[in-house]
Amino acid sequence: MRVAFYRFRKLENILVQLLCAFASFFVILPFVLILVYLIVAGASSINFDFITQLPKPIGEKGGGMANSIVGTLILMGLTFLIGTPIGILSGVFVYEYGNEKLRKIVRFSADLLNGTPSIVIGILVYGWIVSPMHGFSVMAASIALSLIFIPLVLRTTEESLLLVPKELRDAALALGIRKWKVVCYVLIETAKQGILSGILVALARIAGETAPLLFTAFGNQYWTYRLDEPISALPLQIFEYAISPYEQWHRDAWAGALVLLLLIFLLHLSVRILLKKKS
Amino acid sequence: MTNKSPFSYPSHPSNPDSNPTGPFAFEIRDLNVWFGTKQSLFNISMNIFYQQILAIIGPSGCGKSTFLRCLNRMHELSPGVRVEGSVKLMGKEIYAADVDPTLIRRRVGMVFQKSTPFPTMSIEENVLIGLKLAGIRNRSFLEERLEQSLRMAALWDEVKDRLEAPGTSLSGGQQQRLCIARAIAVQPEVLLMDEPCSALDPIATAQIEELIVSLKKNYTIVLVTHNLQEAGKTSDYTAFFLGGKLIEMDSTKKLFTNPRHKFTEDYITGRFG
Repeated sequence: MRVAFYRFRKLENILVQLLCAFASFFVILPFVLILVYLIVAGASSINFDFITQLPKPIGEKGGGMANSIVGTLILMGLTFLIGTPIGILSGVFVYEYGNEKLRKIVRFSADLLNGTPSIVIGILVYGWIVSPMHGFSVMAASIALSLIFIPLVLRTTEESLLLVPKELRDAALALGIRKWKVVCYVLIETAKQGILSGILVALARIAGETAPLLFTAFGNQYWTYRLDEPISALPLQIFEYAISPYEQWHRDAWAGALVLLLLIFLLHLSVRILLKKKS
Repeated sequence: MTNKSPFSYPSHPSNPDSNPTGPFAFEIRDLNVWFGTKQSLFNISMNIFYQQILAIIGPSGCGKSTFLRCLNRMHELSPGVRVEGSVKLMGKEIYAADVDPTLIRRRVGMVFQKSTPFPTMSIEENVLIGLKLAGIRNRSFLEERLEQSLRMAALWDEVKDRLEAPGTSLSGGQQQRLCIARAIAVQPEVLLMDEPCSALDPIATAQIEELIVSLKKNYTIVLVTHNLQEAGKTSDYTAFFLGGKLIEMDSTKKLFTNPRHKFTEDYITGRFG
């Protein structure tokens, strides 16, 4: 009787473990499938021209997505520049400053903004910036992406700061260090890893956003280096090629998707290495 | 005060105004503290002698830590705290409207129960952080202060060859001494210690206790402790708190051998708490 009881408990234990492993399998599986499919469908179209040439009209051989790759990098860079200070500082505010009511308001707004469908953000920015300025622009696109980026960074910054033991903050303040210096040199420094990976996840998220770009960046067949002109981006180009009726463009869309994924993967890898070196 | 041994003070009655005059590091009168609507300290009045060690004992939740945090205005970091009464540091009111709590904390350092070396910093950076963030750049001054603080914290010989190592690479007792070095590097007048040994093994505890006694030469020390032996070994006088009230305060010897109050006797003989 006793033995059977223990055997049952042991079985239960194994069962839960198996369930968890089974669930985790469904995280790995889609990723592997996506990767394999992208490689099969897209890798053959990736060559030197693909990453250095402008798109060519249908029928012509060669051509690539260089302007879309650079466009995505420009948009990511600008969004990073606009969104990181605002995201981190507002995250610090929610953690450290303001009264409880104000914090709740900021946190709640961030969560709502986070939950806003990206296409809605695209339409809003179209109404606010694109329409009054009479044109699609890099600026409008990066502002739209920032609206997605900021609440993500805010929340991860706050959560990373919450993971810093309260004692460290007390110890720093007890040394007679000014609060802003405690925040910058002790709290953010200690939470750096979490904050950085939050930024990274947010960057990866906006790199793949398509809907807001339709209304703001619009797409461009050529190079652009001006903030007030439309710009191409990988997701836009993928979208455009994917809905086209041409077989060659379909292959290019797959290739573009693979490039986008590799870009995000590289970003993850480089930050990981950077963080490891430091610590 | 040089001609007096710590134990020759007349016993310290509840009314501190009947004490011999100074020198006092702190003069506290009618200190009341509330957390929200709950009052946690009731009419505390006492004097804390200059460059002596005061131990504060009492059961958990008696307000020892709260009292300690009132002495450098650390309690203001918890939400909903309200303080009434007067606390004078070297004769100056620290709760006056024009007093900057940051400057009070620079003069009244604190060591916590859990050792808290900053995890991203080396041993050297940990010790010097207070000075560096106060804007001191003079390299030779910083180096001198680094060695001096680590020597005072009895840690120099153990770490002098690896000052660049992370502060968290040290053992528990070493980490706590590092925190003490960090606190004294900014040269405060008072050191508040909130159960500094309660997370340490007996050997590390003995080292820290020895260190505390040696620090008396330069600092006024207020030590909160659960360990009665520790209070007996290190302190010159002892205050017993119960339920947010100061029950009794006296020279340590007298309080432990001949307490006036029954609660005190019960506590030190282990009948409750």
